Amino acid sequence: MNLSPTDTRHPAAIARRDFVKASAIAGGGLLLSALFPSTKAAAATKGSSIFAPNFYIKIASDGLVTIISKNPEIGQGIKTSLPMIIAEELEVPWQNVTVEQAGLVLGLKGWQGAGGSGATPGHYMDFRKVGAVGRTLLEQAAAQKWGVPVAQCQADQGYVKHSASQKKLAYKDLVDIAAQLEVPDPDSVTLKDPKTFKLLGRRITGVDNRAIVTGQPLFGIDQQREGLLHACFVRCPVFGGKPRSANLDTIKRMSGIVDAFIVEGTDDAFGLRPGVAIVARDTWTTFKAQQSLQVLWQDDNASQHNSLLYQEQASQLAREPGQELRSDGDVEGALASAEQVLEATYEYPFLSHTNLEPQNTTALYQDGVMQIWSPTQNAINGHGLVKELFQLEDDKVKIDITRIGGGFGRRLMSDFICEAAAIAHKLEGTPVKVTWTREQDMQHDYYRAAGWHHFKGAVDAQGKISAWSDHFVTFGLDSTEKTGRGAGISSDEFPIRFVENARLSQTILSTNVPMGWWRAPGSCAIAFATQGFIDELAHQAQRDPLQFRLELLGPDRQVAPAGKRGPDYDSGRMKNVLQLAAEKASWGKKLPKGRGQGIAFHFSHRGYVAVVAEVTVAPNGSLSVDKLVAGVDVGPIVNLSGAENQVQGSLIDALSAAWQQEVTIEGGRVRQTNFDDNPMLRIAQSPQIEVHFDQSDNPPTGLGEPAFPPAAPAIANAIYAATGKRIRSMPFSKTDLTWT
Amino acid sequence: MSQHTLHINGQNRTVDVSDDTPLLWVLRDHLGLVGTKYGCGKGLCGACTVHLNGAAVRSCQLPVGAAASGKITTIEGLARNEKLTPLQEAWIEHDVPQCGYCQAGQIMTATALLASNSKPSDSDIDAAMSGNLCRCATYTRIRQAIHTAAKA
Ligand code: FES
Ligand code: FES
Repeated sequence: MNLSPTDTRHPAAIARRDFVKASAIAGGGLLLSALFPSTKAAAATKGSSIFAPNFYIKIASDGLVTIISKNPEIGQGIKTSLPMIIAEELEVPWQNVTVEQAGLVLGLKGWQGAGGSGATPGHYMDFRKVGAVGRTLLEQAAAQKWGVPVAQCQADQGYVKHSASQKKLAYKDLVDIAAQLEVPDPDSVTLKDPKTFKLLGRRITGVDNRAIVTGQPLFGIDQQREGLLHACFVRCPVFGGKPRSANLDTIKRMSGIVDAFIVEGTDDAFGLRPGVAIVARDTWTTFKAQQSLQVLWQDDNASQHNSLLYQEQASQLAREPGQELRSDGDVEGALASAEQVLEATYEYPFLSHTNLEPQNTTALYQDGVMQIWSPTQNAINGHGLVKELFQLEDDKVKIDITRIGGGFGRRLMSDFICEAAAIAHKLEGTPVKVTWTREQDMQHDYYRAAGWHHFKGAVDAQGKISAWSDHFVTFGLDSTEKTGRGAGISSDEFPIRFVENARLSQTILSTNVPMGWWRAPGSCAIAFATQGFIDELAHQAQRDPLQFRLELLGPDRQVAPAGKRGPDYDSGRMKNVLQLAAEKASWGKKLPKGRGQGIAFHFSHRGYVAVVAEVTVAPNGSLSVDKLVAGVDVGPIVNLSGAENQVQGSLIDALSAAWQQEVTIEGGRVRQTNFDDNPMLRIAQSPQIEVHFDQSDNPPTGLGEPAFPPAAPAIANAIYAATGKRIRSMPFSKTDLTWT
Repeated sequence: MSQHTLHINGQNRTVDVSDDTPLLWVLRDHLGLVGTKYGCGKGLCGACTVHLNGAAVRSCQLPVGAAASGKITTIEGLARNEKLTPLQEAWIEHDVPQCGYCQAGQIMTATALLASNSKPSDSDIDAAMSGNLCRCATYTRIRQAIHTAAKA
């Protein structure tokens, strides 16, 4: 579907109600176009005279409905769930709906990306409204045709019915009339009563599933074009290094090689990096040529960076005071008067995103236009970088968003798009696809930052936490002032605000390792530390870990963030999911030594999730995670199948990362290369999973991330219950779990 | 560079590539059969799984020359005349995919499993499927879908 701007009226002429428009389709049918999300779109038009709808519904004259999906599909199910919201309000049978992926649309302030579990909360109401506008238009069309009041006309699954006369008309017979009507104000149309929903909350299988199981070309790496060439882009193994010279002539003489050249690149760690491009007739030839490529790299002093050195620095700094982020009550006084102070350091490593589809992008530079096909979570970012690199006008860079073989935050960065664009620019007129090897993918990621938490804590005679202190040691990219992307901590981090005497401080180590947002940024690691130390305090207080947590959460209430920075923390919702998970997992059941249960919870991305883990540890230390039971409250569920899939995947992903994965730095480069030295969980190790939703009456929120953080601490706490061994560092495989 | 004739999905296809080219890249870059995926290139992830004479093999580890004598089936060749196999149907019914990238390889391995063991237990499934990674961790549903297909 063509998504070009369609209206260039003066901005003042575009009123709020005009954010949904109706028009006739040539040859018959109704086209609804809209600007969403509407509030941001309203702001966007202030500076722009372009009505650039990012969203369409087309009801063709055969009654089939096409809905545009504007956000990238990374496996979070958005291409199915957002159109479901429209279809529900539009009252069309789901089997009549086709979903098409939109490319990048310019002129919008609303982000057309995938990240932050933001798409569901950001679109739910707007999408219901646009669906309801369509339904209302069709009802009005029927009323006009029959000459009856619209109130007597009822849309029902592709038809409008008039109950008094038993008449009904199919949408296909109404679309041409509807296209001529004045569009009702989206804020005034009547939305359906959720009790009457026919689609939302049901299990709906993914719209691309048939194409996936038959191997159709969907992904970025599957792009094929007439005359396509294949390329690789080799960077310095040491972060930040630049090529000075390379044996390009040797490479160019190899069979199947079309070209090889040095790309100067930029100093922007998130843009076009310096490297060597090799272009060939197929991907394999580019991989082979890499083996023969010899480059003289200039890497200054970066090669001094080393994980062991970081470990030494951090362990020492963690015990010293850091920069205070927040301090409540009198932590020192409470610690001084405590009968016993617990002190422990938790730590976790750098992680790679390891999308199963390696980074890739296809580009063609022709007639002054850079056309890009990319598996990107953040097309607008790639657009901006490419525009700047080649001094192109806004509309001279076009990005098609393909299906994405795993996001997890990696593809919020656009380095790989820049590489493809740089090569395409040089090969003007020829389409080229850059494909990374797995080794390049693992060694040139934007990593989840490693971190350390040095805790001090105490419990009082009533078994309550009387003091909590967390000194967080993290990383900055060549900085001791500013944390790397995804490497920060919120000064509201739980249990801050729930403990009277609480302190959070921070120290930033400088590294050359580029960092990036990784599924549930911050939370994905911090929950392991905080929920582990809370467990230690529960045992110190000789309290049941569930009861201890319920009391820590306290009475049901909304706890406001400092400085109104985020959503309130609803302690009641968290207690509900804790109790739900505990009940479903038969929390507290008697288990023999070597088996144990652990519990943990975490609030992130507006979602409330608690997990109970059940593990078996053999005397020889071998671990089996038997079962993970999750209690989840993200409000009403849009697609039950998709939602459950996200939780199942998040829990296993969390186990995989916690148990086995790490990225270590040696000589300024990543040591790990592939799935043999950085293993991913396999099916035989994957536990039984149970997912229970508490569908509270709150606005629906996203589920790509919030189920991840509580899984690892629940497992570590279960291992403690089974063996008495407290795991304070990831990956778990490094802790000796033998017992007698 | 030399000519190789391959028997793929019931058709003979001839390509001109260097002899050491893995079947994976012949399929993807020379024959337009991109359903078979690249994940690791080292036989570690299973994304590239195809059938050679009915057995599941890693096409990233199979030089084109070694594949020339056998019958190759790829994910594109499973369905006949638009009719999906019971396993493909079960995959849709259970909504197994998340990103979907690993799924062609999963389905090829599972298809070979069911051909040799029509009623696999959980541990049979674990043993047969352990060479196939899923970054999105859809393992729970992979097990369910294989059981459903076995009952079909
Ligand atoms: S690509 Fe062949 S096993 Fe991974
Ligand atoms: S579904 Fe994403 S890798 Fe398996």
